[in-house]
Amino acid sequence: MTGLNWLPEIPDFRPTLRQAEAGAPGSWDILLKLARSRLDFVRTNAVDAALAAHPAPEFFGKAIRLAILGSCTLTQLHAGIRVAGLRREISVTIHEGDFGQYWQELADTGSEVHAFKPNTTLLALDAHHLAAGVNAGMSAADADAALDEVINRIRDCWRLAKGFGPVIHQTPLPVHPTLVGNNESRLPGSKAAFITRVNAALRPLAEAEGVDLVALDERAARDGLAAWHDTGLWHRAKQEVSPAAAPLYGDLVGRVIAAKQGRSSKCLVMDLDNTLWGGVIGDDGLEGIVLGQGSALGEAFTAFQDYARELARRGVILAVCSKNDEANALEPFEKHPEMLLKRGDIASFVANWSDKAGNIKAIAAELNIGLDSLVFVDDNPFERTLVRQELPMVAVPEVGDDPTDFPGILADAGYFEALAITDEDRERGGQYQGNRMREALRASTTDLPSYLRSLEMQLIWRRFDAIGLSRTVQLINKTNQFNLTTRRYTEADVQAVMNDERAFGLQLRLLDRFGDNGIIAIIIGKMQDEATLLIDTWLMSCRVLGRQVEATTLNLIAAQAKLLGARRLVGEYLPTKKNGMVKDHYARLGFTVTDVAADGSSRAVLDLADFAPADTFIEVREG
Amino acid sequence: MDDERIYSELTEIFRDVFRRDDMVLTPELTAKDVKGWDSFKQIEIMIAVEEKYAVKFRTRELEALQNVGDLARAVQAKTAAKG
Repeated sequence: MTGLNWLPEIPDFRPTLRQAEAGAPGSWDILLKLARSRLDFVRTNAVDAALAAHPAPEFFGKAIRLAILGSCTLTQLHAGIRVAGLRREISVTIHEGDFGQYWQELADTGSEVHAFKPNTTLLALDAHHLAAGVNAGMSAADADAALDEVINRIRDCWRLAKGFGPVIHQTPLPVHPTLVGNNESRLPGSKAAFITRVNAALRPLAEAEGVDLVALDERAARDGLAAWHDTGLWHRAKQEVSPAAAPLYGDLVGRVIAAKQGRSSKCLVMDLDNTLWGGVIGDDGLEGIVLGQGSALGEAFTAFQDYARELARRGVILAVCSKNDEANALEPFEKHPEMLLKRGDIASFVANWSDKAGNIKAIAAELNIGLDSLVFVDDNPFERTLVRQELPMVAVPEVGDDPTDFPGILADAGYFEALAITDEDRERGGQYQGNRMREALRASTTDLPSYLRSLEMQLIWRRFDAIGLSRTVQLINKTNQFNLTTRRYTEADVQAVMNDERAFGLQLRLLDRFGDNGIIAIIIGKMQDEATLLIDTWLMSCRVLGRQVEATTLNLIAAQAKLLGARRLVGEYLPTKKNGMVKDHYARLGFTVTDVAADGSSRAVLDLADFAPADTFIEVREG
Repeated sequence: MDDERIYSELTEIFRDVFRRDDMVLTPELTAKDVKGWDSFKQIEIMIAVEEKYAVKFRTRELEALQNVGDLARAVQAKTAAKG
């Protein structure tokens, strides 16, 4: 199956499309709605054609200029990639290199690909092309040499393409028929075995080179090769990927692009009755709900809970949104022996009788994350439709009402696409649990200073270093709200800061009596002239707001700037759709705002001679 | 399946593929008669037809198609064979 089955059908597709084509008022909302519906190949092309007539609005994320380089026909894939971008509010412009000329186009700085000025490259080398140099009569040594050659060529291409920006590599499909059978790998020159080896070799190589894969070989294993590849079409049109699979292909590429921009979903919001267990807890009671061993349905609910718990263990935040009395909703979490999910796994738990759209907003507010980072799972089609209508930015997959399907649909939808898994991701579940204990303490403490004092906070800072590099880059690329300048940097950019004697990069960790909050802030300061330090980047996790971390961080920046000889600090605010919360950040910290531009951006200055460090309850140390 | 139904369903597919609501299919219609009906559009049409009727055309069958009439007859034969 390569359909976009998690997206809802639009019953009146064609008239809706015609409205968008006519450029009616609100046609962007219509286009987004179309892109977020279950599009097949023909409809994807139709939406793409309508999209071409609309310039991308300014609320879209960083525009992608995608160079597609390959060895076979790939034009059938363009529309799917552009529409997958639209689905995520990312504008994608595509240039496809000449068929089979990928190496020359990358190497020759005068080529059309260079002239296009891409900022992302998709390399799609097909299995026939990659296995062209092997045949069944080959010795093992010759086959090994052929593998080395192919892998080295791919790596060389990546290194050239990295000059443009992030590189995405599509793994080849296992299209070759077997010659030996079950033990195909025993024939060194088997093309089928060769492609298996190429795919195995690409994994560690991509990890080492910082390249992200679009794993078509794994999709073929799940969906069936026939869903992805049509041998007849290969002969007719040299299409390795069947156009029927193009919408999903585009979505796979779109996920990686969005993940690279930190736009993957962060939180899974779950209904309870008939979603996490069978039946209605308020009516059926603890003994009546269906969960766990004893019935296939009960096992299916357990399997879904297990999947959610595994997502949480790798960094996805879990929340509950249920129409129930809170006491009833909590009872299974506290007392049902078959519940895998515990109350402590749920970062935000909302059970009441208000409408779900409002409750989902409250969850986003409590967790300090954007509505567009939420995925809402509910067996009830009424609730799904309501939430889609009220909150179109919330992802609401068509999960149906069979819990057996829930994990597979969520996995297929790829909302939580991740490119690097850091230790922080794995610890996040514990961090949110710590947050709740902090909230409980706050509720029991009468005034803020005594609460803050009782937290026993420590801010531990380090210069950027190799160990923290991946987390630093991840935060730089995914922090949207508390981010003064929203400048996105690659690992190479961050390393350049590390090597610059006239600049500093700081990673800040916050500890308190409830645990380690992890890296919560990133600062980059750069000397602009002999006396002025520009705060190029100041971003923070919203989890630690209201705890004097801002003022304490400024103390640290001032001290670091003085070491470089600075006599004043300059802070900038560059507005985006999401960072309105820090508009007055520098003014609040005592800076003098000197310039405010028409677009809302501003500059502010702090004279270090007059600066008295704020007295806070946070202990600062290097570590 | 009768001709009328096949032509009406194929018309829907062609209208989506060519994004023209006024498109009318006749048995004699060929790729030459329709602006933009190139080999890629041909593939798009055939994939849409295969998905609609849950059938799979063989390479020989695809190569034998000359006009819309051939396509309608091929769909007729395929769906009848499926029962």
